[in-house]
Parts: sequence; structure tokens; C-alpha cells
Amino acid sequence: MSGYSFTFHRASLVALPSGLLWWSDQRLLCVSDLHLGKSDRIARLGGTLLPPYENQDTFDRLASAIQILAPQTVVCLGDSFDDLAACSALPVDIHTLLTSLIAGRRWIWIEGNHDPGPIELGGTHLAEFKLQGLTFRHIAEPSATGEISGHYHPKTTVSIRGHSVTRSCFLVDSARIVLPAFGTFTGGLKTTDPALQNLMQQKAVAVLTGQKSLPVPMPSGRQKTNS
Amino acid sequence: MSKLPPIFQSWFESRGWQIHPHQRDLLDRAGDPATLLIAPTGGGKTLAGFLPTLIELSAGNHTGLHTLYVSPLKALAADIRRNLQTPVDEMGLPIRLDDRTGDTSQTRRKRQRADPPHILLTTPESLAILLSYEDAPRIFRGLKRVVVDEIHALAESKRGDQLMLCLSRLQALEPGLQRIGLSATVEDPPALASFLAHHPDPCNILLADPGPDPNISILQTQNPPPWSGAGAVYSVPEVMEEIHKANTTLVFINTRAQAEIFFQAVWRANTEDLPIGLHHGSLSREARDRVESAMVAGTLRAVVCTGSLDLGIDWGNVDLVVQIGAPKNVKRLVQRIGRSNHRYNAPSRAIIVPANRFEVVECQAALDAVKAHELDGEPRGPGPLDVLCQHILIRACSGPFDASALYSEVTTAGPYAGLQRAEFDACLDFCATGGYALQAYDRWQRLMQNPTKEWQLRDPRSTRAIRMNIGTIVDTETLAVRMKNRRGGTPLGEVEESFAATLVAGDTFLIGGQVVRYEGLREMTVEVTKQAGRKPRIAVFSGTKFATSTVLSHRVVALLYSGDWDALPAHTIDWLTVQRRISQLPEPGRMLVESFWRGDMAYTCFYGFAGRNALQTLGLLLTRRMEEAGLHPIGFVSTDYALLIWGLEPVPDAATLLTPAGLRDGLSTWLGENAVMKRSFRNVATIAGLIEKNLPGKRKSGRQATFSSDILYDTLRKYDPNHLMLEITRREAMSGLVDFGRIEEMLTRVEGRIDQITAPHITPLSAPLLLEVGKVAISGSAVTVLLEKEAEDLMREAGLN
Repeated sequence: MSGYSFTFHRASLVALPSGLLWWSDQRLLCVSDLHLGKSDRIARLGGTLLPPYENQDTFDRLASAIQILAPQTVVCLGDSFDDLAACSALPVDIHTLLTSLIAGRRWIWIEGNHDPGPIELGGTHLAEFKLQGLTFRHIAEPSATGEISGHYHPKTTVSIRGHSVTRSCFLVDSARIVLPAFGTFTGGLKTTDPALQNLMQQKAVAVLTGQKSLPVPMPSGRQKTNS
Repeated sequence: MSKLPPIFQSWFESRGWQIHPHQRDLLDRAGDPATLLIAPTGGGKTLAGFLPTLIELSAGNHTGLHTLYVSPLKALAADIRRNLQTPVDEMGLPIRLDDRTGDTSQTRRKRQRADPPHILLTTPESLAILLSYEDAPRIFRGLKRVVVDEIHALAESKRGDQLMLCLSRLQALEPGLQRIGLSATVEDPPALASFLAHHPDPCNILLADPGPDPNISILQTQNPPPWSGAGAVYSVPEVMEEIHKANTTLVFINTRAQAEIFFQAVWRANTEDLPIGLHHGSLSREARDRVESAMVAGTLRAVVCTGSLDLGIDWGNVDLVVQIGAPKNVKRLVQRIGRSNHRYNAPSRAIIVPANRFEVVECQAALDAVKAHELDGEPRGPGPLDVLCQHILIRACSGPFDASALYSEVTTAGPYAGLQRAEFDACLDFCATGGYALQAYDRWQRLMQNPTKEWQLRDPRSTRAIRMNIGTIVDTETLAVRMKNRRGGTPLGEVEESFAATLVAGDTFLIGGQVVRYEGLREMTVEVTKQAGRKPRIAVFSGTKFATSTVLSHRVVALLYSGDWDALPAHTIDWLTVQRRISQLPEPGRMLVESFWRGDMAYTCFYGFAGRNALQTLGLLLTRRMEEAGLHPIGFVSTDYALLIWGLEPVPDAATLLTPAGLRDGLSTWLGENAVMKRSFRNVATIAGLIEKNLPGKRKSGRQATFSSDILYDTLRKYDPNHLMLEITRREAMSGLVDFGRIEEMLTRVEGRIDQITAPHITPLSAPLLLEVGKVAISGSAVTVLLEKEAEDLMREAGLN
């Protein structure tokens, strides 16, 4: 596994190159910001007609990870659906596939800002979830420690020989982990953004996703917030 | 022959003017459905275009819009309005004029819609927006004529295709509409006439007297040009001398970054403090305005500029044009030369300055082509479908339409005269439902059919988004650059966002002719401070790098092979003679391939003469084939004439690498993943309305909601490989950045006749390529390796891990 292994509040975790977080002692797989139904929502609101294939693509990648790792618990860190209507409008085939994935394991849906409230699939719905001193929630709380969250879709840029490469990334410091977005149609927020600069500690590490997980120091913001 | 009305006759006389023959010809043909006037700069072309209108309107009995004038530049629309106001005022004609561009205020636009002037001067984009309004039929009621200025420039881009679609719409509203096109000298007047015509009606061509041949030469310099590079800084002393001797000089240079460097060098050599300005598209509007008004006022002795000054505005006193660097294209050279000496029937004076040794040959070939009156131009092929998609959406904004009626309407436009119904239907389907193979649900509907089977917008609110997206110029994202101070600071210009992303505080670069120091990024603005006397990093401005045209490339090969080098300077003859001794010279109809070792690296040089874009693509394709053949290629560099690949193993047989079938296969598979294809896709998808344009101010509000067009491209390639957007992207790949069409042209020309030479060492012709730096392409797997190394370094430096 070409992931980045690290210890966080005494838990041995692996940041996988696909953007998933794996806690092997607990056989727990954590995924954030699936944003299923995104093209559906944009079309419904009169926007452009994006290719309606992102549900299939997101599902395929998640399903193949689950097949390899066989987790006992899957935690979805919120914004699993682009909105509630997108959830109920999920195509029948995706709905069926998702149901079969949920069957036979503990599946936890954390509420996100895009999909609060109950949804019609199996699994448990929680505002947040705690396990062995770690807290899983959608949006980070600045004062929390031992926290694993999503929401921000962090991405970072590394320049090599004048070319710059931008990848979505995990952010890790001693208090928290922020996961990258897993959904196919999701953009990113640069790690130099004040929201992330203010949230993370100075010595935070950004773990790039891609073929291999690559840790780099989280870039310090070019501009600190202009007060 | 029609007589000038007395009031016009006496106006001409009061100015001491004679009506030009072509102005009178155009007047005689004012009733024809379409006329194309080809005249040299300074021939009174614009007045010729307006004369029939001014005469018709002088009777004072026309209400509403009479003539629409369309130009490619906003500045030109405003400039022409001012120039036209003079005869109108002097003759006291009852004519109202107004211009409408992206810069026109909301109030004025509203007034123009409610009460249109007699003559409206505008741009293709502003016209498209006007046509998207529901009251378009009322706005254009009574329109008699459209004058398209600088049509040769418009016809080279999608802006022209969009304009011709707009004219087809106008003609449907006002069937009697007459079209006049005004053009500089072009290689194929009938093709341009067919572009302008309302098919199947004809379009006449009027050729004005082209005037005497230009007086054009190659600059003789003390120092020979360097072996590589494009800056031509070596020539500054002699160029300064020429500026000194002339009244007003325009110095054209091919890219914005080169213009910055050259301007700085000129300024250092400008011991007498001659007033010399700088003008290019990355400078702020304010900076460009200053130079333009100084030019009009006649207070400048020279302007160093890029293509931003190629068009239009009449500078009056220019008596010398200097072209720095090979012109790449004969037609553009001729048009630039035409910018000097605007007195009718006086020869223009121009000097060409080769930037490096190879360009000496190219400049000579270009000069020969100008003398032989051989112009070039790559035929553009049928109108692109992304522009048609946008047109369908614009049409839907103005009200419900019948599909068959719209199809017949668009096929009256020149670029779309050969459009198949199936292609039109595919575009309509894309606009209506997205056109996906996976038939999505009823929500996937932007257009729907009403009970009378007419198409209309499902949600009338989408007109706003469609109008915001109108236009075919897709900008790379740029950031403004300002001097840092408490209150905003002086705007200097723009740099590409990707360039800004590589800057760290303290880095220096050139902009607006000065070296500045990067301080930081503040609310989407690059803040800089003055930094005198340090060697700058050069900004990567997006100014286009033109590829050398097919005509010029062929002439270069012919000149090299002929051995008839009397016109070339001695240093160049020596260079070519050594090449002939060590290896051989490229031959028309064949391809020279040289192999040699340098250190422990095997080099292979392919003299394809297909232009830099095509040879860049060929480099991507060949290195992939070499990787498969176990030849371990490491990198490549390409110029307009050759491609140099290096690796661990020599290429045993170049011919097997260059099989057309293999290369075409590579185009559809490997190249599909390439960044160049993704960039073409982004442009296509933005124009067709799949992606919304990034608008200033709106940009960062979307945050996580926006995602890159690369994701859409990858998704479509995976799940819907035959989708219309990918089909259009593949068509675009044949020209433009990928330029596969030129590779096909090269293969047809060579037909397997490949001369592979094993040279004892590096050859004179290949040496300049080795000096090209920083263009090493990194392949997919190499990125990961380099990234890994970079990541380790960064972690170590930061004391982490």
C-alpha cells in the first residue's frame, strides 16, 4: 500500500493515495465529501448540463477500495449527497449498488452542510461520531483535538522545475486531520486560503493524493489574513 | 457611374481630396447583396465603406437603425465613430452615430436599445448580446447595411464564425440587408468573399490598387545574430540608429515577454532620451491608453509593440516598421509593413531583424515571398460546432424557434454553408439535453419543445447565464499587477495566474518595461515594489507563439537546399557550408534525420519543418513510441523547423517511428491524456456553454463548488468517448495547439523518403536546438519521481519527518 502511515492520538492511520483514511486496528475506512448527485442538482437548478457519470465514477472508486480493505466500519464525513433531493433522485442502479455496499458492515453517515437530516439509505445517521478518543465530524471545530473532518476540500500546489502540480490533499497536524474530497465532481480550496491557514497549526503536513501519498509541509499563506 | 451628391462633392473639394476609384466602385455597387473590398492600409477603406450609407442617410427620411459597423476592437469602434463624426458635422448631415462595446455604460446601452441611432458601431460580442434580446426584431427594424471592418483578421478566428452566424440571424430579420467587408491584403480573396456572403447569394470582390511594392530589407548588424534565442537584443545599436533616422517607428516583436526585454535594452541604449513607448496586451488599460494618445498626438518617436497594435487605429506619421524576429507568416508581415507610410501611393518602408542564425534564412525566405507576392494562410475548414452551440443558445434566449428554420438560416453563413443536418441536430441535442449517451432524466433539459414543436428555454432565468457566457475568446486566468502602497497603487498590467503561483516574495520579473519585486498576493492582485538593476525572472505572458506558416517553411527548405545563398550574410553561408560537409542539407520532399552522440547521450534530430506546435506534438508522440521500443528517451525540444530527442539508446530506424498509422493511433490514445488536449477541451466546452466562464469578482465565491474542466474531460473520455464535446476537441487538435494537420501535411510531403544520417558529432543545424533551454517535457511517470524528490527535499528543509 503506497499510503502515508502516521500516528495520530495513539491511533495508527494511513492516508491512502485515493484520498481515503484507513484505521487498520479498527478496520475503519473514512471517506469525505462524496457529493453524489452533483450534476443532477446543477441541472435541476437551471445550470449547465454536466456529464451525468460522476455517481458511477465515485461509487466505483469507493467500492473497489472497500473490496480490497474489507472494512468493518465505514464513516462518511458528510456532504455525501449534494443535497437531499439529489439523494432521493439517485438513479435506481446506484441506489441498489450502494445498498449492497452498506449491507454487512457498520455504516455511519455524518451530517454535512449539504445533506443535513435523515436520508433514505441504510446505515446510521449521526451529527458526529467518537471512537477511542477520536472525533469524526463534518466541519472542524477550531478548539477540538483528536478530530477528523472534511468539508474544506483542501488542495495544494508543489512546483517542480518551474512546472506546478496541484493535487487534492489531507491536512494533518497534532490536533486534527482534514480529509480531501472524494467525489468525482469536486473542486478544491487551496491550502493557502486563510480559512485553512487559520485552522491548521504552523507545522502542519499536507499529504498529496495521486499515484502515491506524498507528505509535504503545508505551505504557509503568502498573505496572512488582512485584518 | 453614380454621381456624388453636391454636398459631398464640395466637402471632398474643400479638403482638397479626390474620391479614390475603389470608393466610387463601392458606391456603384451599394445595391449588391455583398461586396468585399480589399485595399491597402491608408487607402480610405473605412470612408469607402461608409460613403453609401452617409449618402443614403443625408436625405433625412430614415427612422431607426440603418447601418451596423462591426470591428474586432473596442478601441476601433470608438475611434471610427470619432472619425465619422467629422464629415457628418462638417456637412451638417442629419445622422446620429453611437458606439456600443463592452465598455459602454448601462444607461447608454438602454437608450440605444430603446431608440437606436442611425449608425451603430460595435464588436461581434456586443452584437451577439443584442441579438439575444427578445426585442431584437424591433432593435434592428429597417437595418439596411452591415459593414465588417478588418474582416481578414476576424475570419481567422471563432469570433468571425460567430459574427457570420449573427449576420445570418440579422438577414432573417431584415432580408434586404447588404453586406460590405473591408479587408487588408489576403492570399485568397474568393475564400474571404465566400466567408462573408449570404449563401447562396454571391459576394463581389473589389480590389483597390495595392500601391507600389514596399521597400523592405534585412538589418545589417555589426555583430552576427546569436545561435539561439528570440530576443534580438544584439541588434539594439543598429535599431536605435534607424529609429533616430526615421520620424516615427513601429517596432513589432512576436511575444509580450520579448517586447519587455527588447524595450529595456532599447531604453538602456537610448542615450539621447528619445520618447519611446511600449505597448502589449498584458499592460494595463491605463498604460496602453497613455501610449496610444501620445502616438496620436505625434509625441513619440517609436513604440515597441506586439500584435496588439496589428489592427486598425490610424497612427498617421509612422514612416518605418521594424520587425524583430522572423515574422513566421508572410501575410502578417505584409500587413505590418502596411502600417508605415499611410500616404496613398507612397511605398512603405520596413526592416526585418533576424533574432538568431536560423532566422536569417527564414527572414530571407520571407523577403523573397513578399517580393514574389506569395502570401500564406492555412485554410480554416468548416465553422466549428462549439460556436454553433453557443449560437443556438443565444437564439433560444431571444424566443422560441423552429429547428428546421434555424438550420436553413445558419447554412446561409459562409463558414456553415456545408453544415450537415445531423451535425446541427447533434448541437441542438447538446444544447437541449447535454447530448449524453446515458439518457439522463427529464431534469437534463435546458431547451424543451413547446406544444407547437418549437424549441424554447425550459427555465427563462437561464438567459442570464447564457448572456454572461457570450463570446469566443477564452482567456487564460490572469491576475492584475500593482505597485504596493496603501491605496491600491498604480496598475502595471497582468500576469498569468500559473506564473504568479510560482513566485515567492523577493522574486523579480519584468513588466511595463521595469523590473519589479514580488511582495505578495492581496485580494487577487499581485503586489510588487520597484527593484532597480537586478536580473529579472521573465514573466510567462500568454502572448501567442505563432508557428511558421507552411508557405514560409517550404521556402526555407528550398532556400537551404538550393545553395543559392548570395543574399545571405557571410557568417550564415559558412554555417550552412559546414553543415553540408558534416551531414547534409534538408531537401524538399524528403526528411533529414540526424543521429549523433554527445557525452553518454544519443541525440536524434528530425527536420520536419512543420511549425513549432506540430513538432511539439510529434515530440510527444515519438517519445511515447520510443519508450515502447525500449529506446529510453529522456527529453525533447522543438522549434519551428526541427525536433531534437535525446535518450539512452540511438534510434536505429527513424522510418518505422514515423509511420502515419502509428502516429494517428497515438493521437487518439496517448495524446488524449495530454495537457494540450485538455486545454483545447476547456476552450471548446466554455464556448459551447458546458462550463461557465470565470468572471472577475465571481471567481472565488464558488470555492469548493467549482472544479477543473480536466475532471469533465477525463469523465467524458471514460464514460462517453463519442460525446460531441470530445468530437469537437479532436477536430480542433488538427489545427491550433496540437496542429496534427501539419504533421499529416509533413508525412504526405515526405511519403517515407527519410534520409537518416549518422553524424560524427553535433551538427551545425542541430546546435541551436541544444541551446534551447527549459523546454524539457516531463512525461507522466517522471512527474511522480520528481514530485517525490521535491517532497523529500521540502520535508527535510522544513525540519519535518
